[in-house]
Amino acid sequence: MSATPTANTAANTSLFAKLWYNKENRSIIVQILAALALLWFFGSMVLNAVHNLEALGKGFSFNFLEQPASYDINQHLIEYSSRSSHFTAMMVGIINTLLIAVAGIILATVLGFILGVLRLSKNWLIDKLAYCYIEFVRNVPVLLHILLIHGIVVHSLPKPKQAINFADTTFLTNRGVFMPSPEYLPLFKFVVAAFIVGVIFAWFFRKFAKGLQEKKGTQLPVFWVSLFSIIGLPAITFLALGQPVEWDIPELKGFNYKGGMVIRPEFLALWLALSFYTAAFIAEIVRAGILAVNHGQTEASMALGLPRNKTLNLVVIPQALRVIVPPLSSQYLNLTKNSSLAIAIGYMDVTATIGGISLNQTGREMECMMIVMAIYLTFSLIISASMNYYNKRIALVER
Amino acid sequence: MNNTENNISATGRALGDSTIEIREMHKWYGEFHVLRDINLDVKSGERIVVCGPSGSGKSTMIRCINRLEEHQKGDIIVDGVELTNDLKNIEAVRREVGMVFQHFNLFPHLTVLENCTLAPIWVRKQPKAEAEATAMKYLERVKIPDQALKYPGQLSGGQQQRVAIARSLCMSPKVMLFDEPTSALDPEMIKEVLDVMIELAEEGMTMICVTHEMGFAKTVADRVIFMDEGQIIEENEPEQFFNNPQSERTQLFLSQILAH
Amino acid sequence: MSNSTTEQKYEPGKHPSMPPPFKTRGIMLWLRENLFSSPTNIVLSLLAIYFLYKVLPGVLDWTLFDAAFVGEDRNACKAKAGGACWAFIGERLRLFTYGFYPEAERWRVNLAFLMLVLSCIVLLWENCPLRKPLMGFVALFPFAAAFLLVGGNGVKLLVALACIAVVLMLVYKGFSSLFVMIIAITAAVLAKIIFFGGFQLPFSDLQIQGLVDLDQYDQLNLKKVSTDLFGGFMLTLIIGVTGIAFSLPIGILLALGRQSNLPIVKYACVVFIEFIRGVPLITLLFVASTMLSYFLPPGTTFNLLIRVLIMVTLFASAYMAEVVRGGLQAVHRGQSEAADALGLKYWPSMRLIVLPQALKISIPAIVNTFIGLYKDSTLVIVIGLLDPLGIGRASLADTKWNGLTNEVYLFVAIFFFISCYAMARYSLYLENKLHTGHKR
Repeated sequence: MSATPTANTAANTSLFAKLWYNKENRSIIVQILAALALLWFFGSMVLNAVHNLEALGKGFSFNFLEQPASYDINQHLIEYSSRSSHFTAMMVGIINTLLIAVAGIILATVLGFILGVLRLSKNWLIDKLAYCYIEFVRNVPVLLHILLIHGIVVHSLPKPKQAINFADTTFLTNRGVFMPSPEYLPLFKFVVAAFIVGVIFAWFFRKFAKGLQEKKGTQLPVFWVSLFSIIGLPAITFLALGQPVEWDIPELKGFNYKGGMVIRPEFLALWLALSFYTAAFIAEIVRAGILAVNHGQTEASMALGLPRNKTLNLVVIPQALRVIVPPLSSQYLNLTKNSSLAIAIGYMDVTATIGGISLNQTGREMECMMIVMAIYLTFSLIISASMNYYNKRIALVER
Repeated sequence: MNNTENNISATGRALGDSTIEIREMHKWYGEFHVLRDINLDVKSGERIVVCGPSGSGKSTMIRCINRLEEHQKGDIIVDGVELTNDLKNIEAVRREVGMVFQHFNLFPHLTVLENCTLAPIWVRKQPKAEAEATAMKYLERVKIPDQALKYPGQLSGGQQQRVAIARSLCMSPKVMLFDEPTSALDPEMIKEVLDVMIELAEEGMTMICVTHEMGFAKTVADRVIFMDEGQIIEENEPEQFFNNPQSERTQLFLSQILAH
Repeated sequence: MSNSTTEQKYEPGKHPSMPPPFKTRGIMLWLRENLFSSPTNIVLSLLAIYFLYKVLPGVLDWTLFDAAFVGEDRNACKAKAGGACWAFIGERLRLFTYGFYPEAERWRVNLAFLMLVLSCIVLLWENCPLRKPLMGFVALFPFAAAFLLVGGNGVKLLVALACIAVVLMLVYKGFSSLFVMIIAITAAVLAKIIFFGGFQLPFSDLQIQGLVDLDQYDQLNLKKVSTDLFGGFMLTLIIGVTGIAFSLPIGILLALGRQSNLPIVKYACVVFIEFIRGVPLITLLFVASTMLSYFLPPGTTFNLLIRVLIMVTLFASAYMAEVVRGGLQAVHRGQSEAADALGLKYWPSMRLIVLPQALKISIPAIVNTFIGLYKDSTLVIVIGLLDPLGIGRASLADTKWNGLTNEVYLFVAIFFFISCYAMARYSLYLENKLHTGHKR
């Protein structure tokens, strides 16, 4: 066996022993060695890169961002044409990434919470159906989901001429979903005003109800009143003003529909696939979170006479959220990162624009990849920073 | 004549009418017969201590009284309300019956004060200020008003259990159930909880208490009930129960628990 | 029998255990309790049954009853049946399994696969006979498998295996890690110089000459197979197993580094872990395929597959590090304090006391990371490697079988589902076992 160090004996007081068997000295030595190794590693990498780029005559600069991109992007929410710069292309890509991420997060959260609650249902059939869905979806790679759904949209949906028709307004085709787009008449601003009034009223009503509850103990149906004032009020105004909206209904012209709005097959496939996939994980997180709340909590609450829905709202859900939110935010992050798979079906997100076509056209691999990575790192940092903030705020106080 | 005699407790206090009536109650966990033919009548103001070896069904029995457990046969009538599947009845009973758990079950995400005001506000629909005033009154009675704004996680076990008692009292219950309130506590904390319970008993609260604290049973109880294998083996006044136990099983249990 | 109104009375304490008054078994009761216990439940059950009635027959028809299992091409399939055309998958099954690996050499893939199965049995089955000695085999398996698949000089392999075996033995015998590390590095450098010819120090121009040229001993040579020919499920397994085998140790080191109280080491690990976790794997694969050569000395190139394997391993190890860190935090402080009190130094205390407990706690999470890594291996098609998905997409270009995307994707999906679900169940089994272990 290895001999145990005899640092304390008088015989062993060489310089080496003095340095190595002193806790502080040793930690300094190890750190200097580690720093040297890192310096050597990264230094030689940078030197190599400089050397190699020079040999290729490439140099390192971000000037190419101002050159015209000269490629088309079919989905752009800001002004873009093939004459726009690579920088604009990048911005279009970022917006498309954000769009798919936000849409995906919303749908995945809704689906995930529903599935998670279904998994806890006492109904055997519902529980097992949810289980089958979750297990199948989350054990298949997300790229396959994307390709599968894209394949179904492109190959199994009919051509525009035989479009699946919903009430002559919405058309499901292999070129995407065509929907009527609203054109607002002048009177529509009253509907918007009604909505704003509704929101403000709901807010004040909530405050009023809280005050009343604190003073008199009376409880008002805040949820239903808010629901009515936010949704019902604008709806009534809308109907009372004689529906001040004209719909631009898509029409079949030649081989495709014109007019209205279109959800392109790439966006549709990516959106559905990412949401379905992430929802399966969120469902398990929600289920675990609710199960993590000690049964004693429910019992104590019911023993105090709180009815089931109050027990859920006041005792179980606040505690479950603490367990749910951290893994939930990392699922949001995963969804955002997985949206980079857009490149497999040609949705023009940030990886496909600046990290794909721009990269190939300009040959600026180094700069483009740095930009793409920096963008994703920024997203991650924002999401984890907000999660840390939330965690700090809700952390249970222990002694 | 007989009736009045019945309504005088062992400690010589006058008792009211029956608050809890349990008749021929049975309970099964699957095929396992946990409670067998339980008959119990608790008068208002009466203090009952339930003891027995672990697994004898003591906790299950008192948990049936506020229907945290469902019984399958027989009747339980609490404060004139029969416990069936009727949710309104169950909620009505739970409003009037307070419960203290072995593991406190305080809500860790709420402060001590919020723990105490939660049910008065949402169930009794009391104004917040009133609920808080009541809560502070009871927190003072359990001698921890200064901890009101702390979270349960910051308190010691004994303090947590006293908060749990205050939380139940805030609903001004007619009956208090104690499910081994001191078993999860360190020895030096047991006393502070027992003191609160004794004080509560002296004020005339109807109590059913599952506990191994025989000293508490001797000083406070009107009646001691001994359970084993899901049945009530023996019930008697504390003096009789401790000095002159009738059944062999009771004798064995007492010799084990008192032999130190 | 006794009836509830005229119940027999028993002496106090003499009441026998009786069966419950209702049936606790029986299909009607089960149905009532699990499907029709309340109005909401009845509605939900009916909805679920309606959903199944609407969806299930169509799905089953398409996949099984109305599907064609034999046929020359797409049209022959469609003429036979309206459902799926599995004949396509049948014809391409070998391609899906081996990729373009040469027909004559496929026994090597099979042998490597057999060794993998054996290794898995030894690793996962705790009561496996001869487990201890077979563990040595498991440790050497990745190298042997690499040799089998790639081919080359067998003598070199044997020498390398012997060196690794010596180091493993030393570790196993409990020598301190620093000592073993020095021995291992010296042995590797010496072996390289003595047997394998000269080498160039990485990142510099320093050349060291070799002494013996093992290439002259070519009796054990296997024919070299280019990694460009690798593909199909074989490629998935290669990426998965390599990632799994190497990401765990690297992940452990990173996790320990992150816990370290040496600031430089700690922050280097934090930056690495957070960087890798912050970017999508696909960007790392792009880096591997397009720009890794910029960072290497001029003229150095190495195989695309190896570059991908390195990236996948690094990616997985960052996630593994976080999982292991969670396990380390869950081990009670008292454990390492007790180890300190017993006089154990850092590495022995980690290796003997803290890590075994931390790893045991995090096994389920580790398996989940493995599943993630395994699924992520499909991303390599983006840089042109032919995993099953890549093979499928390539096959779809064949005019004979044009347009059978659903069949291809479903087939690959089922392959992934079976392997990932099996791993998930195994992790669940471990988790349950762990829980009972903690309880009693």
